[in-house]
Amino acid sequence: MHAIALNHYLIVAALLFATGFAGVLVRRNLIIVLMCLELMLNAANIALVAFARFNATPEHPLMDGNAFVFFVITVAAAEVAVGLAIVVALYRRRSTVMTDDLTALKK
Amino acid sequence: MQDILFYIFAALTILPAVALVFSRKSVNSAMLMILSFIGTAALFALLQAYLLAVLQVVVYVGAVIVLFLFIAMLVGAGSPKLAKRDFRNMALASGVFVLLSLFGIAAIAKTGVGTDALPVSPASSAANFGMILFTKYQLAFEITGFLLLAAMVGVIFISKRPDSGDTTTEAE
Repeated sequence: MHAIALNHYLIVAALLFATGFAGVLVRRNLIIVLMCLELMLNAANIALVAFARFNATPEHPLMDGNAFVFFVITVAAAEVAVGLAIVVALYRRRSTVMTDDLTALKK
Repeated sequence: MQDILFYIFAALTILPAVALVFSRKSVNSAMLMILSFIGTAALFALLQAYLLAVLQVVVYVGAVIVLFLFIAMLVGAGSPKLAKRDFRNMALASGVFVLLSLFGIAAIAKTGVGTDALPVSPASSAANFGMILFTKYQLAFEITGFLLLAAMVGVIFISKRPDSGDTTTEAE
């Protein structure tokens, strides 16, 4: 059995990203669309941490990838808060969170 | 041992994500999202990013999922009906999924699996993190703090009722 290398983590990240992307395209519920966005951000985080770990050497432990993930987590938290507030405001106004019913800008 | 753990955690990350996309109730989706995030945190721990693993659990499972659950219960509880299926979009999405997966697998088949990582001391101890955040990334750190403040003010502004005297919330 061979060791786990960088590419294994990248495959996991790619599959997770593809799952999230498919979810954003397929789902109609705005809340679940936001969840799928979070999945995609997580996939990027896995790739960043994996690259940081596999490019580190004993005398030069790379921290930049990990620091970037730290910032991504922070921004993602802010994004979710604002996104869900918009969903609630929308629900108050229109009583729906389905993207099928939110076509006012189309007409 | 680490190999087996990797496959377990990878499955724990991806399978709930797939189930999330196909689950009908948003509360179930939030629960599946917890599993996926815990799998991600375990992968971070395997990569020796221990602080990030803790942060992942605290921030995502502790805060973001609770937010999602609140909103899902507030908004989505009364709509058990299935959304209208749009087969064109379904086909597009599955096409994108297969294409992205094939692209990744082809790239990896071309380069081989790669070598094992060098054994290094855990790079992301909290002390190292603090050091780099307050020296090299000082500006980004401060801007992030300001962003969080702006997000908080924005959320309060958005979710406040437009005017307290008029309580019409019906759809047009």
